[in-house]
Amino acid sequence: MSWRLWVPLFAFALFVGLAAYQLTQPKDEFVQSRMVGEELPYFELPPAMDGVEGVSNASFADGQPRLLNIWASWCLPCIAEAPHLESLKEQGAEIVGVAIRDRPEDVARFLAQHGNPYSRIGRDDLSEVQLAIGSSGVPETFVIDGSGVIRHQHIGDIRADDVPRLLAELEKAR
Amino acid sequence: MIAELGLAALWLAAALAALQMIAGFMAVRQGASSELASLIRPAAVVQGVLVTFSFAMLVWLFAITDLSVKLVASNSHSMKPLIFKLSGSFGNHEGSMLLWVMVMGLAGALIAAVEKRLPENTMNATLAAQGVVSLGFYAFLLLSSNPFERLPTPAAEGMGLNPLLQDIGLVFHPPTLYLGYVGLSVAFSFAVGALLTRQVTPNFARAMRPWVLGAWVMLTIGITAGSYWAYYELGWGGWWFWDPVENASLMPWLAATALLHSASVLASRDALRTWTIMLGVVAFSMSMVGTFLVRSGILTSVHAFAVDPERGTFILVLLGIFIGGALLLFALRANTIREGERFALASREGALVFNNVMLSAILAIVLLGTLYPLLTEAFDVRVSVGPPYFNPVGAIFTIPMFAVMAVGPLLRWRQDRIDRIGKEVALFAALVLAALVLVSLLSEIAILPLLGLAFGLGLAVASLMPLRRRKLSRTPLSTWGMIVAHFGVAVALLGMASESAFTEERLAAVEEGGSATVGPWTVVLQGVEPVAGPNWTAIEGRLAASYGGGEARVLTPQSRNFWAPLQQTTESALSTRWNGQLYAVVGDRAADGRWQLRLWWKPFVTLIWYGGLLIALGGVLALVGRVHSDLRHRRLASRIAERRADREAVA
Repeated sequence: MSWRLWVPLFAFALFVGLAAYQLTQPKDEFVQSRMVGEELPYFELPPAMDGVEGVSNASFADGQPRLLNIWASWCLPCIAEAPHLESLKEQGAEIVGVAIRDRPEDVARFLAQHGNPYSRIGRDDLSEVQLAIGSSGVPETFVIDGSGVIRHQHIGDIRADDVPRLLAELEKAR
Repeated sequence: MIAELGLAALWLAAALAALQMIAGFMAVRQGASSELASLIRPAAVVQGVLVTFSFAMLVWLFAITDLSVKLVASNSHSMKPLIFKLSGSFGNHEGSMLLWVMVMGLAGALIAAVEKRLPENTMNATLAAQGVVSLGFYAFLLLSSNPFERLPTPAAEGMGLNPLLQDIGLVFHPPTLYLGYVGLSVAFSFAVGALLTRQVTPNFARAMRPWVLGAWVMLTIGITAGSYWAYYELGWGGWWFWDPVENASLMPWLAATALLHSASVLASRDALRTWTIMLGVVAFSMSMVGTFLVRSGILTSVHAFAVDPERGTFILVLLGIFIGGALLLFALRANTIREGERFALASREGALVFNNVMLSAILAIVLLGTLYPLLTEAFDVRVSVGPPYFNPVGAIFTIPMFAVMAVGPLLRWRQDRIDRIGKEVALFAALVLAALVLVSLLSEIAILPLLGLAFGLGLAVASLMPLRRRKLSRTPLSTWGMIVAHFGVAVALLGMASESAFTEERLAAVEEGGSATVGPWTVVLQGVEPVAGPNWTAIEGRLAASYGGGEARVLTPQSRNFWAPLQQTTESALSTRWNGQLYAVVGDRAADGRWQLRLWWKPFVTLIWYGGLLIALGGVLALVGRVHSDLRHRRLASRIAERRADREAVA
């Protein structure tokens, strides 16, 4: 009989142990894309404003690795990210942009103010491409290799110390 | 100055809690010889006054929007309506913890002032236990969440209250739940006190019962109101989502329901002693676990309004001390508590025990489902547990529970024969079977709603049967309470079953002047206009809804944009008839200029909340009845004592 009286305490200790363990674990708030390692799905996006070229999955399959940057003119972290995209471009990276739920005049104003590091900018009004490649927020940056396969996903804005890491990922994808 | 006064009162109250605890334990050890024993009750009363004063100071700070106080600056705004300024004082972590300790202080003061039934020894132990619990919460407030902290420089403007919380229902939702949680903490203190002195008696159950009843009423109201809030404010058209935080409020309710019934058996029959103690500990631990899950952010939830891992750690430590200590005491002491009275399986006690086991099983299921993601995440597997688990697994235990609930109140205490109440049982069974057959012939509905309708109907009739052969005017108030509460369960069950069986949903893109139909309703979109409120702007749809071609009613659902803080919320519009509700939400505008309309027709959905209110009303009736008869007993007892004293004086 008496051992049964200890069961509640034992069960409770298990709960406390589990909860304490979980509290010490860093909370992972990022949702990694399942598309990393997969080929880009088919898509074709119109240009995001006058004077730039649109983006399709075919624009990635020419043997050269590129960065695919998901951004928007209404996104504040994208402003913080802009100088680092610029320095990536200066160090030889080709960056393709996809503007999410944006208007041509806003895109033009943003680029005039913060610089244009993009070789092409597609316009994704319904987040179709964003969802298809497994991006859950803006901004995000993907490394795409020369055969159009997603090799790496960077979630959130690019900070100064992310620049060499992304260049290394591009080198690996070569 | 106001903030400093509040903080000083809080520190003093904490010191008194420490005094109450130390004096209480010394009195338990040394018996009546302890000199400190006379300090215990006054310490509890003064503590209650001080902590109430402290809370009043916080409310005042919010009323005058003193932006030099951090809590006010980060949760209020000078342009907010006054009622939401006041509710802002507890619509955040620090303020809500202060509200919690205030209610706890008042409860402690009340027991110290009026409870005279228990032996002095047990009373001291109870107040000592209450002191431990209070002291833990004071430490939490003062060391990690000081509500009176000043900013180095006053803010220019406050950040506002989360717009989702700027709702009249939310003014009352947290206080009612806290009253419930605190009531359970009092029951916990009684249980620990009785365990310490090994005096688990009917008087102990009688002293504890009003607190459990009060807590249970408050939890019932809190859950009912919270469910209705989620229903009309979140705009998803559902009334229960098995979200971790909803479960966190349901689990203490289930435990309190079980405790209420087992305390009744202990009070009137002196049986179920250790079981009642155990439930007293479990009920409070469930409210602590609930608070922990909500505040630590350990589980992902839509209710993540006040998440902070550091506070989570603090609550976990408190939880470990309170509950771990109580369970350890239980393991060591429960063997030495004498066994209570025996009873036959077919008796009122037997039925109550059966349903106690069923409630505990449901509690275990909800607890397991809520904590399961926590367990699997330790092994890096992410799962989400939802209705496909909770509904059918819960039903395995709820269905037999409803059956026993229907006939249990008709049984006699100690020993009875089922055939004595054969007619009533047959009537219940016939009703359930008839409803099962009829409904399944008339419409194609899933098994769970079908069972819900059948048992709801049977239970509604059966819950009134204890009134047979009774004189209504002489039926005790507590019996009325039981009948009303059981009837309320049946009503809520019918609402739930009807909602899930017969709801019709329509998502339509409608141009201005166009119409959509859902169930018997035709809804015309007359126009969409911008409107402005005190701290928001919105687009408002004007809908003309007519039921079955009858006269049209105007509905105005809104999509609101708050600017302090920036957030969008959906204000659904409801049209209520006796037989259900039309629920309308206006969404975004499509590229071609048409508006998204989401419409639901929910037959008899309102029964869910009416049922909840009936359950709470039943609890209130029982509480009033019990307190009233307790007072009468006390008067009688004191008169008898007086007479005896007179007679002795004469002799």
